[in-house]
Amino acid sequence: MTFLPLLRSVFRREMQLAYRRRSDLANPLLFFLIVVVLFPLGVTPDMSKLAEMAPGVLWVGALLANLLSLDLLFRSDYEDGSLEQMLLAAVPPTLLVLCKVSAHWLVTGLPLTLLAPLLSVMLGLPGSAIPLLMVSLALGTLCLSLIGSIGAALTVGLRKGGLLLTLLIMPLFVPVIIFGTGAVQAQVAGLPWLAQLAMLAAMTTGSLALAPLLTVAALRIAVGD
Amino acid sequence: MWQAFVRWFHKWSSPKWFYTMSQPWSFWLGWAATLIIAVALIWGLMFAPVERLQGNSYRIIFLHVPSAFLSQAIYAAIAVLGLVGLVWKMKLAFFVAKQCIPVGASMALLALITGAIWGKPTWGTWWEWDARLTSMLVLLLLYLGLWALHNAMERPESGDRASAILALVGVVNLPIIKFSVEWWNTLHQPATLKFTEAPPMHVSMLIPFLMAIVGFYLASMAWVLMRTRLEILQRERKSRWVEEELNRFAEGQ
Repeated sequence: MTFLPLLRSVFRREMQLAYRRRSDLANPLLFFLIVVVLFPLGVTPDMSKLAEMAPGVLWVGALLANLLSLDLLFRSDYEDGSLEQMLLAAVPPTLLVLCKVSAHWLVTGLPLTLLAPLLSVMLGLPGSAIPLLMVSLALGTLCLSLIGSIGAALTVGLRKGGLLLTLLIMPLFVPVIIFGTGAVQAQVAGLPWLAQLAMLAAMTTGSLALAPLLTVAALRIAVGD
Repeated sequence: MWQAFVRWFHKWSSPKWFYTMSQPWSFWLGWAATLIIAVALIWGLMFAPVERLQGNSYRIIFLHVPSAFLSQAIYAAIAVLGLVGLVWKMKLAFFVAKQCIPVGASMALLALITGAIWGKPTWGTWWEWDARLTSMLVLLLLYLGLWALHNAMERPESGDRASAILALVGVVNLPIIKFSVEWWNTLHQPATLKFTEAPPMHVSMLIPFLMAIVGFYLASMAWVLMRTRLEILQRERKSRWVEEELNRFAEGQ
């Protein structure tokens, strides 16, 4: 475990960078808020109908907010050359990627999860469903960040990567959103929800194991050019 | 034995060898496919008996099922080719994988369109959020993503490798997507619109049906071969043999 100090310093650097760029940090949250506000305006102000749609709306909003923030995951490191140094370092690059992704989750996925209860009250989601919504969002956004890191790595060298990233990664998010909203909807309907949550956790742990490998492979292509 | 295999395997890394070899192949595969599909469609659309429950509208399976088969098979092929290209650094595998994308996407699109046409008289609606329809749509989106990634990259070599990685991610994800979409659909709506268990087909339907599937396979292979030949010419345009080949074309064959 000789590379633990290095990992710790990379993690500290990530957090420091996130703190210095507070507007980047706030943007996904604002985006999430605006999507949820637009929804009743566009569909219906009827609380009972909104409550029915709330898990889906909150999940789609969180997913899009997460997706928008992913574009920045490797970009500045790529542009100033520190990404190259990370891939050359004596630490397995998969661990560094894991470090960066978990930092990304801490500054986007976790705040999105913490904002969700407020927005779910605005959409009339029953209070009893809120803890499960938060658990599913916390697990799910980690999974989204992990899968999304592959797409972010594939598009890091491109100038207009943001929209392309969305196109590449969105289809891969389908199972995550199905099981994420499924768990909450099942609980609202009074059905057992543990299976959906377990599937979500399985996907998160699976991508925890596999996604960093592919992300590193993709980063090597971007840096190699 | 092993030596011979290695020599055979190494041949595949030469685009020039593939270009010369694939000319007769694409020609004969193309003609065989045209012939088989023509027989299958004429038989299936005009002579096969009417189905007991669905009447004549069932006949679209002669197009729908083969294209749905191919759209999935081609995605798997892209992933395998991408893996071969990444592991053995084989240019040719990437070329073929790239040119498989539009063919696979067209198959997925054809499956969706024929499905919609079939759905209108049978289910009474063009589109239904049925599990199979939805996963086919997601497959089409995956194809479009691969193609977009190829086009976005400035250097085609990095586009090759990037989309190989994306195809590998996609192929791991596809069964999960399929399973999750099936689960989602059955939760939301009861089995009113589910595909009924296909009753064993009568031979007079089965033979044209199987012929259509074989024909679609051959046609896709021929199509991919032709596209790959053009891809080789474009990507290897700086090599001498391509220049000679193009001059030969310019001089009127």
